[in-house]
Amino acid sequence: MSHKILSGSQAPEANLDQPLYTPIKRRSFFMYAGATAGATALVLAGCKKDDENSPGIVSLGNGNLSVLNYAYALEQLEAAFYAQVVKTPATDFKSGELAYFTQVAAHEAIHRDFLKAAIINVAKASPIQDLTPNFSSITFTSRASVLATAQAFEDLGVAAYNGAGKLISASDSNGATYLTVAGKIVSVEARHAAYVRDLITPGSFADDNQVDSNGLDKSMTPTAVIAVAQKYINQTLDASSVGK
Amino acid sequence: MNFLNILNQLAEVDSNVFDRFDSRRAVFSSLGTVAKRSALAAAPVLITSMFQKAYAGTNAGDPIEVLNYALTLEYLEADFYNKMKASPFFATASSADQAAINQISKHETAHVALLRTVISGVGGASAVGAPVSFKTSTFATLTSFQAQLAIAQQLEDIGVRAYKGRATDLQGLPDVNVPNVGTINALESALRIHSVEARHAAHIRVMRGQTPWINGNGDLDSQPAYTGTTPENNVTQAGYNLTSAGVITPGVTYSAADVQAAFDEILTKAEVLDNSRAGSLVQ
Repeated sequence: MSHKILSGSQAPEANLDQPLYTPIKRRSFFMYAGATAGATALVLAGCKKDDENSPGIVSLGNGNLSVLNYAYALEQLEAAFYAQVVKTPATDFKSGELAYFTQVAAHEAIHRDFLKAAIINVAKASPIQDLTPNFSSITFTSRASVLATAQAFEDLGVAAYNGAGKLISASDSNGATYLTVAGKIVSVEARHAAYVRDLITPGSFADDNQVDSNGLDKSMTPTAVIAVAQKYINQTLDASSVGK
Repeated sequence: MNFLNILNQLAEVDSNVFDRFDSRRAVFSSLGTVAKRSALAAAPVLITSMFQKAYAGTNAGDPIEVLNYALTLEYLEADFYNKMKASPFFATASSADQAAINQISKHETAHVALLRTVISGVGGASAVGAPVSFKTSTFATLTSFQAQLAIAQQLEDIGVRAYKGRATDLQGLPDVNVPNVGTINALESALRIHSVEARHAAHIRVMRGQTPWINGNGDLDSQPAYTGTTPENNVTQAGYNLTSAGVITPGVTYSAADVQAAFDEILTKAEVLDNSRAGSLVQ
């Protein structure tokens, strides 16, 4: 199964005249390239248009931009998953579930597209490429398979944002904005997680296997999160310097 | 007081600490100069101001103040659920609903205990804020399990917004070692509580027949819990109206309901403690 994470109606490389799709200026690009691991950034940027569907290593980079790209990668994955859930609904979905998953799919698509726009227009940088999902382990016709995957993605997303907050540096003039935006998104992921958990096991919205004895939700490092998410993505993501 | 030890301990959790000061030598020379001029008693004040200056590049506010603010809200929630469980209406709820309230209550009580331990560990026992209770006379007006749930939903959604609103006040703080807890980062701990509150809010909303997320179609959406300087029906993020056609995705227009639901919004401390929200609920 091979489908691009961005749905067919969206052509990010086209419509560059759209206000939020301003291509980064040559000067900004070199500032970006110099500020990060220069050679890697240049190689990735150079590959972006030609190799979008080719598996390869995608570095999420470092600094605040890497945290944004990390979030963008996870939202690409979630958005692609729910887009497929809506496109090919499980045959045994119960009443109302498809309608709710249609809403969740929109939330995740908004997160994905907003983060991409923010990277380009607020961070004045180049987002990572469109990732190609690998959903071969998921049986989209099966409610149980879809719900189990949804729970895994949502709980993972919550733990990812919880761990990433402290990696956002305030020394960047946009650092406070990035943290606030991450906070606005993570609680919505937690709402999704609670909803899906309750569908699988009623009352498990904040189960003891997710919330510890101090009443704390999970928190994971970028490398731990990507290690879990990697099986669903064709490209190899390198999160080793996220937030550093 | 061993100033070198303080700096070195700080360096263990914040490797950039020496970079934050102009230089290690400048720290000691300014300390020396002032130490000559000032009584030794003035040194702690000096060090405090130096640390404030060192972290001026961060957004860090006073973490004790932020944590006590969180503690106040957790006390309020914890006491509310204790009152719910002790209420005669609790027995009218289904066993599933009772189990959910018991689970949520357990978390709020744990949050109170954790925050007390952290505040005490960082600032000493005297820094821990006083307990607050949910106003008894207000609770008495809630004459059904469903009426109590409506308040629970608003308390949880306000809690989510309150934590979110203070995140930047904890940004840039170094990890600290808290006795009986271990090494923690205040922002990370706050975020880990924040997402639990969101899980609670989602479940209570569903118990009440609402969507788990806030999309403008809820029965309580006009209540102060959902209004504010940045209301929950906000559709503008980072300066962009996300409902405008093609604004973030060429050819795609997102509905207001979906955009509103995709982002939860902050409340400031003043807004949370206003009498229209949590303020009037405190005994």
